[in-house]
Amino acid sequence: MGKTVSSLSNMALTLIIITLVAGASLGYIYKLTEGPIAVAKEQKQQEAIRLVVPDFDNNPAQEMYKIPGPDGDSLKVFPAKKDGINVGVAIESISHKGFGGDVKIMVGILPDGTIYNYQVLEHKETPGLGTKMATWFKPSGEEDMSKASGNTFFDWLFGIKSEGTGGTTSIVGIDPAETELKVSADGGDIDAITAATISSRAFLDAVQKAWNAYNKNADSYSSATTKNNSSERETKDQ
Amino acid sequence: MNQWKNFTKGFFKDNPVFVMLLGMCPTLGVTSSAVNGLGMGLATTFVLVMSNIVVALVKNFIPEKVRIPSFIVIIASFVTIVEMVMQAYLPALFEALGLFIPLIVVNCLVLGRAEAFASKNTLGSSIVDGLGMGLGFSMALTMLGAVRELLGSGMIFGLTLYPEDYGMLIFVLAPGAFIALGYLTAFINRVRKA
Repeated sequence: MGKTVSSLSNMALTLIIITLVAGASLGYIYKLTEGPIAVAKEQKQQEAIRLVVPDFDNNPAQEMYKIPGPDGDSLKVFPAKKDGINVGVAIESISHKGFGGDVKIMVGILPDGTIYNYQVLEHKETPGLGTKMATWFKPSGEEDMSKASGNTFFDWLFGIKSEGTGGTTSIVGIDPAETELKVSADGGDIDAITAATISSRAFLDAVQKAWNAYNKNADSYSSATTKNNSSERETKDQ
Repeated sequence: MNQWKNFTKGFFKDNPVFVMLLGMCPTLGVTSSAVNGLGMGLATTFVLVMSNIVVALVKNFIPEKVRIPSFIVIIASFVTIVEMVMQAYLPALFEALGLFIPLIVVNCLVLGRAEAFASKNTLGSSIVDGLGMGLGFSMALTMLGAVRELLGSGMIFGLTLYPEDYGMLIFVLAPGAFIALGYLTAFINRVRKA
């Protein structure tokens, strides 16, 4: 069989048929994967909530409500309850001050206002630098290879001196009412990620936003104490 | 044509990355780790094989003057299918590859094989060609990813070989991709000509 001639009607017909078939098959696949994609997204959210708040037995996603944030965003708040008692809230917060774009995190805050844990959901920071935020602000554990190698041979070989930074890198367990969520370069108490101060600022900004949002709604939590100095803190970000 | 030769040409003789220098955008972009390189390579292989099959099947019905737009629509459809399926069933890999999945559409390797091979050869040869080229592409991406991961963060396939602090960060970033690709290309071509 020879090639179809490149006449106008042939070309138009061919393109119409090809795009029709392509469109139909894409629509079909979309219908097939629509459900699993939604499930995968929800699972990711559930996992993040589970990580950042203590054990709960309700469905935080169902009780989710929104709080308006400072820049016109709305922060999603997922209350976690065990036997009907508040054990903490997971707040999905975002900062637009990242090095590569927005930084989206999930922060868990306990009823007493301290940070329980966090999870980075989305970011576009530099690989190897800003990406360290996923573990950097958690308490040093064995998973944290990035902070200190603890290997004296390598330290000797590359002439690296272990230096005490004085501040803390972990935000877990701190109460933002008492500890300022600023990197040490800006006069705060948190040590920034080495060579990624901007990413660190964005991260802390997102945490601060979540905490502020939480505090504005503190009245709705029975055991939350009133710490309403949050509004004056917001000026630090400018 | 000798099908074995047709298959293996993608790995060494006509390797898409090291010899033909096709598809440089994903090659440089996603190879910050070996796993990402492999994932991207396999996704591209799937698209390449599928588009080669369809192009080989419909090559006689497509008028000469509209063949490129037709091929692009076919390729883009398969890329979108890969994107949706990956998002549904492999969300972790989808997140790591992110933007580069839609960019498979403009990978000159895929269009190049459709135009240069599948539109002129039989269905069987086209499948073998797509498979060989795709796997050769995957091999090259995995090699590049492994080198960059090892030098940049002290790991291979996520296995730590030495502390990350002593890695050369530049290899995780874009300049390191160019440096590593340059040396690997030089090395492969030296071996190829020997």
